[in-house]
Amino acid sequence: MEQLLEILSDLHPDVDFEECDTLIDDGILDSFDIVSLISEINEEFDVVISAEHITPENFNSAEDLYALIERLEEE
Amino acid sequence: MLFTSYRFLFFLLVLFTVYYIIPKKCQWMLLLAASYIFYAYAGWECLIFIGITTLTTYVAGRMIEQNHATQKNYLAAHKAELSKEEKKAYKERQKNKRFAVMTVCLILNFGILAVLKYTNFVIANMNGILELTGSTKVLAFQDLLLPLGISFYTFQSMGYLIDVHRGTYPAQKNLFKFALFVSFFPQLIQGPISRYDDLEKGLFGQHTFDWTNISFGLQRILWGYFKKLVIADRMLIGVNTLIGDTATYTGFYVFLGMLFYALQLYADFTGGIDITIGIAQVLGIPMQENFKRPYFSKGIKEYWRRWHISLGSWFTDYLFYPISVCKPMLKVSKWSRKVLGEKIGKRVPVYAASIAVWFVTGIWHGAAWNFVVWGLGNCFFIMLSQECEPLYEKFHNRFRVKEKVWFKAFQIIRTFLLMSSLRMLDCYRDVPMTFKMFGSMFTDWNVGEVLSAGVWNLGLGIHDYVVLAVGTLILFTVSMVGRRGSVREMIARKPIGVSLVIFGSLFIATVLFGAYGMGYDASQFIYNQF
Amino acid sequence: MSETKKVRRKRAVAVIIGLLVILAVLALLQRLVMPKYMGEVKEGALISEYYDEDKDFDVIFIGDCEVYENFVPATLWENYGINSYIRGSAQQLIWQSYYLMEETLQYEKPDVIVFNVLSLQYNEPQKEAYNRMTIDGMRWSTSKVECIQASMLESENFIEYVFPLLRYHDRWSELEPEDFQYLLGAEKVGHNGYYMQVGVVPVDYIPEGKILGDYSFGENAWSYLDKMVALCEENDVELVLIKAPSLYPEWYEEWDAQVEEYAAEHNLKYINFLEYTEEIGLDYSTDTYDAGLHLNLYGAVKLTDYFGAWLAEECELQDRRDEEALAEVWEVKLEDFYTQKEELEALKEEE
Repeated sequence: MEQLLEILSDLHPDVDFEECDTLIDDGILDSFDIVSLISEINEEFDVVISAEHITPENFNSAEDLYALIERLEEE
Repeated sequence: MLFTSYRFLFFLLVLFTVYYIIPKKCQWMLLLAASYIFYAYAGWECLIFIGITTLTTYVAGRMIEQNHATQKNYLAAHKAELSKEEKKAYKERQKNKRFAVMTVCLILNFGILAVLKYTNFVIANMNGILELTGSTKVLAFQDLLLPLGISFYTFQSMGYLIDVHRGTYPAQKNLFKFALFVSFFPQLIQGPISRYDDLEKGLFGQHTFDWTNISFGLQRILWGYFKKLVIADRMLIGVNTLIGDTATYTGFYVFLGMLFYALQLYADFTGGIDITIGIAQVLGIPMQENFKRPYFSKGIKEYWRRWHISLGSWFTDYLFYPISVCKPMLKVSKWSRKVLGEKIGKRVPVYAASIAVWFVTGIWHGAAWNFVVWGLGNCFFIMLSQECEPLYEKFHNRFRVKEKVWFKAFQIIRTFLLMSSLRMLDCYRDVPMTFKMFGSMFTDWNVGEVLSAGVWNLGLGIHDYVVLAVGTLILFTVSMVGRRGSVREMIARKPIGVSLVIFGSLFIATVLFGAYGMGYDASQFIYNQF
Repeated sequence: MSETKKVRRKRAVAVIIGLLVILAVLALLQRLVMPKYMGEVKEGALISEYYDEDKDFDVIFIGDCEVYENFVPATLWENYGINSYIRGSAQQLIWQSYYLMEETLQYEKPDVIVFNVLSLQYNEPQKEAYNRMTIDGMRWSTSKVECIQASMLESENFIEYVFPLLRYHDRWSELEPEDFQYLLGAEKVGHNGYYMQVGVVPVDYIPEGKILGDYSFGENAWSYLDKMVALCEENDVELVLIKAPSLYPEWYEEWDAQVEEYAAEHNLKYINFLEYTEEIGLDYSTDTYDAGLHLNLYGAVKLTDYFGAWLAEECELQDRRDEEALAEVWEVKLEDFYTQKEELEALKEEE
């Protein structure tokens, strides 16, 4: 989780990712951010997030995203 | 059947009435019948194409879902006996099967679209190449039928197929219900490109007569007609004059044409969408918004999140992400970051996907180089603004103007002018002509002449300009008020008299000031000889 | 509960009143933008004037400008005691004549209906503006509905006849004083359907008729003449065919022969006045207001007098000048007639 938060705040230093749960709904993360996020996660966690996982439910908060990573790691 | 035809209005009247009379469980069947009647008016040959898309997508969706189920059952039944590796291998095999089904269906349907829409474009380009090589051979253009709304229903169906493949939602089991999803008539001509899970409940649900919903829907339809008939269709006269004669209308005329076209397109497109969403609302079917006051955008990326939203999100979900986060692209990303450095390397997947998406977006809008250049132009400016981000950051840290009203206004006007300039590619014959006309804005200084005399030669009289000015003012005001929430709800909260006055006036204004019908020319009525 | 019911009822009443007001505004706007035909193109107002009449006529004329410019009901009354009315309109097509005949017969049964045969040359709808001038003035009836359906061009829509506002809405930008002046009621233009012209423009040149590939009238046109014959028979009305003595547009001999033959076949009377100009005493240097297309008042009076004698004798029409009520009506009409004649002649003098 720490690792993920670090990646996120690298992208947008001004956002409080621990609290915010409308990253997609409020347009804080745009498509460019999401793509760089996914390639970072791919490096750090060695999981592949594919296009079908890019939904507001998975990306609206750091917590959701972390849950997604854990799910993918299990598989 | 055009939205702006008496026949269509009659069609709606009958549909709305019957819809709320028949048993509720038959409502969706009525919509299917209505959609096919609507479609058949465009020519029965078109029915074949929409039929093929409906059938193949339906079958592919069902097959994919069947496979999902088989996989689940198999894994559950053999839970104990299979090793993790075996399970994985099995899953992989099934996944490949599903992927194959989807791919075949995608290729078939996009293939139909491509052949019908782009054959002549390809032929034109090949002829160009032949000419360059000195060949005297010329390929003949093909006389191909372009079925009504094919771009829209193909995209909508393929979005569904990809979603079913992804497991976003289950496939529709009833072929006829699926046929309704593909052919739902209000959105057939110009979108929006709806998602199945957004539309499903509304389309197949049972709807009781709900006066609030129906009156809101009717109000929205009326507003759409006002935009289309009073503003867009009147403005069209000026636009056509200005872009029709490139020898005469240069310099400031081009700028004028750019503004006219921006207004005309906006009023026409959003007016059409208002009619579409309004019809759906009368039928009790909620539909996603397709525009969110795009001309108030402060940047080009924001603009594209607010203009023709359903198309943009389709491209993002089904083209941009699949390209930019697919495994090969991740590898490229890794490699590029090593070679080009963290900063630049990171951008490779995003930019590669963007270029692809904007190329396709361009060609989606029309089979011509104009649109390709237009798409890539948008892409260029998006990247440029992305690259300038740090510069902006510095600027804003130095001068604290970000929250100032005038600065926001500047950003809005800048974005509007940029998008309008790019849109000129829509208007002129070819790319060089567009650049020439664009250039003439800065070389032909004829502002005085245009404003003093020229504006009266565009086929618009003083009364037209008055109507357009007042219409635009109303449009602008409604947009401004709309920032605070639904305008119709605000009106509905006021006494009923207010609604009646507002919508009564809107109706009367549309009937009286709309640019429809054969027009009145007094000289036709002058008695001559008989 | 009763409170909300009350509120609801109030709302419903407000909505109904509101809708009625909107409809009233639309109706008023419709009247406003419809052409009034009171200034230049007065013949557009003729058709609607019939409905104000007592509808007890002996002779009804139907047809195009060759009836409403060339025959003077006032003369028929003054000289022969024949009570007549002209249901004419600009370029009235033969199916329009038929439906006007049908409509007229719903109101009254005249002794004679006179039809001018020039419109046999048109087999298809011609011009929207003329459709409008004939049809807009008609009251609603099945005849009007069928007349519209028979007359519409491809570019026209039935609903634009039902709501002429949809057709004329564009006129909002070119409204004239007369549109407001005659908003609630028109002025009388015709004298029993006759449109008075007192100008004199002598005939100096008659354009040669174009040579046609085929002189036979169209099937559609014939079918409406057949229907007229049948309708008159059914109603026991005598149908008289005429061709007014306009020098052009050309009335070809080939055309004349066809009508001649048709009349003989159906036992109808047919007069081609072009053959009787000398007996009538027409002088084309003084008796036309537009160089030969139409007669002016002086020519029309001569023609009407000639035709009146013929009608009285051949159709055995009674002299009704001793009918007191009718004579009173005509007294007023004649006064109007001569007042306008004087006014127009005074105007002409000034010029």
